[in-house]
Amino acid sequence: MLDTELKTMIDGVKDGRMDRRAFVQRMIALGLTAPMATQLLAVGGVAMAQSPAPYKPTKRGGGGPLKLLWWQGPTLLNPHFATGTKDQDGSRPFYEPLASWDADGNLNPILAAEIPSIQNGGLAADGKSVTWKLKPGVKWHDGKPFTADDVVFNWEYARDPATAALTIGVYQDISVEKVNDLTVRILFKNPTPFWADAFVAVVGCILPKHLFADYKGDKSRDAPNNLKPVGTGPYKFVEFKPGDLVRGEINPDYHMPNRPHFDTIEIKGGGDAVSAARAVIQTGEYDYAWNMQVEDEVLLRLEKGGKGKTVYSTGGDIEFIALNFTDPNTEIDGERSSMKTKHPLFSDPAVRKALALLVDRDAIQKHIYGRAGRTSANYLNGPAQFVSKNTKWEFSIEKAAKLLEEAGWKAGADGIREKDGKRLKIVYQTSINGPRQKTQAIIKQACQKAGIDIELKSVVASVFFSSDVANPDTYSKFYADIEMFQTPMTQPDPAQHMRRFHSRFVATKENKWQGRNFPRWVNKDFDAAIDAAEAEIDPVKRAAFYIKANDIMWQDTVVIAVMHRLKVGAAANSLRPALSGWTNDTDNLQDWYREA
Amino acid sequence: MRQYILRRLLIAVPSLLGISVVLYTVLALAPGDPFAELATNPNVPPEVALALRAKFGLDDPVYLRYFRWLAAMVQGDWGFSFVSRMNVDTLILQRLPTTLYVIGSAQLLALAIAIPVGVYAATRPYSIFDQIANTLAFIGFSLPTFFTGLLFILIFSVTLDWLPFVYSTDVKGTGIRWLFEQIRQAIMPVMVLGLFQAASMTRFVRSAMLDVIRLDYVTTARAKGIGQARVIVKHAMRNAMIPVVTLIALQMPAVFGGAIVTEQIFRIPGIGSLLISSILSNDTPVVMAVTFVFACLVVLFNLIADVLYGWLDPRISFR
Repeated sequence: MLDTELKTMIDGVKDGRMDRRAFVQRMIALGLTAPMATQLLAVGGVAMAQSPAPYKPTKRGGGGPLKLLWWQGPTLLNPHFATGTKDQDGSRPFYEPLASWDADGNLNPILAAEIPSIQNGGLAADGKSVTWKLKPGVKWHDGKPFTADDVVFNWEYARDPATAALTIGVYQDISVEKVNDLTVRILFKNPTPFWADAFVAVVGCILPKHLFADYKGDKSRDAPNNLKPVGTGPYKFVEFKPGDLVRGEINPDYHMPNRPHFDTIEIKGGGDAVSAARAVIQTGEYDYAWNMQVEDEVLLRLEKGGKGKTVYSTGGDIEFIALNFTDPNTEIDGERSSMKTKHPLFSDPAVRKALALLVDRDAIQKHIYGRAGRTSANYLNGPAQFVSKNTKWEFSIEKAAKLLEEAGWKAGADGIREKDGKRLKIVYQTSINGPRQKTQAIIKQACQKAGIDIELKSVVASVFFSSDVANPDTYSKFYADIEMFQTPMTQPDPAQHMRRFHSRFVATKENKWQGRNFPRWVNKDFDAAIDAAEAEIDPVKRAAFYIKANDIMWQDTVVIAVMHRLKVGAAANSLRPALSGWTNDTDNLQDWYREA
Repeated sequence: MRQYILRRLLIAVPSLLGISVVLYTVLALAPGDPFAELATNPNVPPEVALALRAKFGLDDPVYLRYFRWLAAMVQGDWGFSFVSRMNVDTLILQRLPTTLYVIGSAQLLALAIAIPVGVYAATRPYSIFDQIANTLAFIGFSLPTFFTGLLFILIFSVTLDWLPFVYSTDVKGTGIRWLFEQIRQAIMPVMVLGLFQAASMTRFVRSAMLDVIRLDYVTTARAKGIGQARVIVKHAMRNAMIPVVTLIALQMPAVFGGAIVTEQIFRIPGIGSLLISSILSNDTPVVMAVTFVFACLVVLFNLIADVLYGWLDPRISFR
């Protein structure tokens, strides 16, 4: 039903009977709308609106210096080697992708002349190729022209395992061919509904072929330009001190009119989040600071009569508790949490459901995350057309107790419930991080009231998130009953985000715990939904598959969503940063300006 | 004397080797992984992390890695940073001037306060001046630098808005203005570190001076009719300075090693902040180079201190 209605609406937009905005609004009403609504339109045959950012400056330069404060400084400037946001941000003033994501999750052309769509012939109807037209007349900072050869080279560079590029995952399964000097075509092996990954946003930054061609493969680390970027970006490289400072100056030949606004750019690194917030909001020494992992209470206090404010952008980052479906206390073939075991407590669905009832999301939001969090029952929280409306959450100690009582878990002498000699004792682990320890405390208290004994465990983040095979405390080994952390959604598409719980990615000793399905949950219906979604070209059906997958996870209580987290930055009052929750803060750096 | 120095240097070789073995083993046993951040990033396939580990030789046995490191170090190759993908020596040399400037100034400030105050307090023990100096010294070394640092930031940056609290490596402007800005931004960290050092050093100078000032030869010098100032400076101080020289010499490596806490608070891009960020990101080659160079400096300055003894007090011979 939804399907036909949608098709009619898309046709309406095509014929001009309905404008895009109205379409998007109708979609919201249907519970289907989103940033990705626009990609839906693209596949449906409508060119994406080239969402013009409200950019006011009428001439290039004159904005003075732009001073950014990253509390982890960039440590390298080759975007293909970037190990985290900090490095991607450090190289972004100099290097650019073909397109970036805007605040709504729309594609915004940068080095591309236009965004591919079915209408302009960019997208193949079978979903197996995308053709990008490049903007003519773009020059590298050293004056050489930017052409399709550069784009093709980046694909060759990144996909070569010897280069050890961290973007290899994006480029290894595609092939890229030059159509003419200003056109490239990306070919996919299988129909690919989410085609906007290669050459887009943070993983899509393009290096100049003429400076890196000799440093492909084994020699990649010797390239002198790894430390001296020459790109097409709004700023030209001046100076780099790893972990401390990146400096750039205006590119007078930048390919977008009136941009950039600032004469120089500086990214200073180091210190901690609270003092970074202070330097922007309270003393105004800096214009913008990133990733304000600071308690809302502190931010509110700083904002009082300050020189800056916090800014929020919504993406799909989710803080959640995962339940172990295998037994962490039994060792089989040198491996705990082995797939050959079943969790003694969680094999009873009532225990899992009771746990979900004991997470007081309102209290966690109110006391810990504040404006930077939203409560949610879902693991998948965006873009909006993928968000399930079928789920709900509630906090009720009574209901949890009743559920356990009915399932035969009776309170013992010390108030801890037990059944068949198994006591409800649960080890709850997470990384060391202020908000996480507070969340642990809130949940532990509620569980105690319901007769579940929780033992809290905190592991240093550098250990918890490491892939060190020898260490028993990593999140992927999951030698605990439940664990909590956040997975970021790095693009406005759920494929990567949802795929990890597919049963073929179970983390085991055999794959050195590199599998991402660490709850070791196996569900045929979920696997089928994910497999179907990944091959589905029709955007509406595809969204339906992901919603179904999310609902299966919810029904099975594989994970308990704790908080849908927003990205928080701190900006000077006069600064107008162009931010998006779907990508890095610097992804639209060329559009940043200062209000006079 | 030349023989003495040569002998000491030769003795230093096995001890430095021992230090390097201990450092390397501890770092190898420490948990963590330089490519940890990749593990949570769904865009990076796990094979990439494994390939990177192999590329940087992280999967080899510890002793092999150690010998490889040692062979390179002997040839002057300090290693290659996993995180920055550049040579460790460039990384360290880039940070060195800032550390020398800030920590060095702090040491000078500490000396400039400690020596006159300590000496003067010792000449008038238990006077009002001595009491005040003692009290301040106790307060000074009881307050940790992270506390005084935050206090200074609150007072001078947030409330009074006089000084910047983010240290900037490239100061705008030239000539006098550049110099002025450099001094202005270093005031707070230098004060925090300098006052902390000065406090304990004042106590040290005072007690060293008290030991000497009561000796007979000082009384004799006074009896000869030499003025108080000359007696103190020429006769008493020269002898009292011997233990102080040891203290200063042992603190010199710290001038190169940086101050981890203070550098972090004020975002000073020095060796200390390089060390801590490398430890946090498990960048073993950098941690190894910084700590090992630090160990070498400790050994070297110990030797210098011993040589200085002979100059200050000719009775101490080199054997």
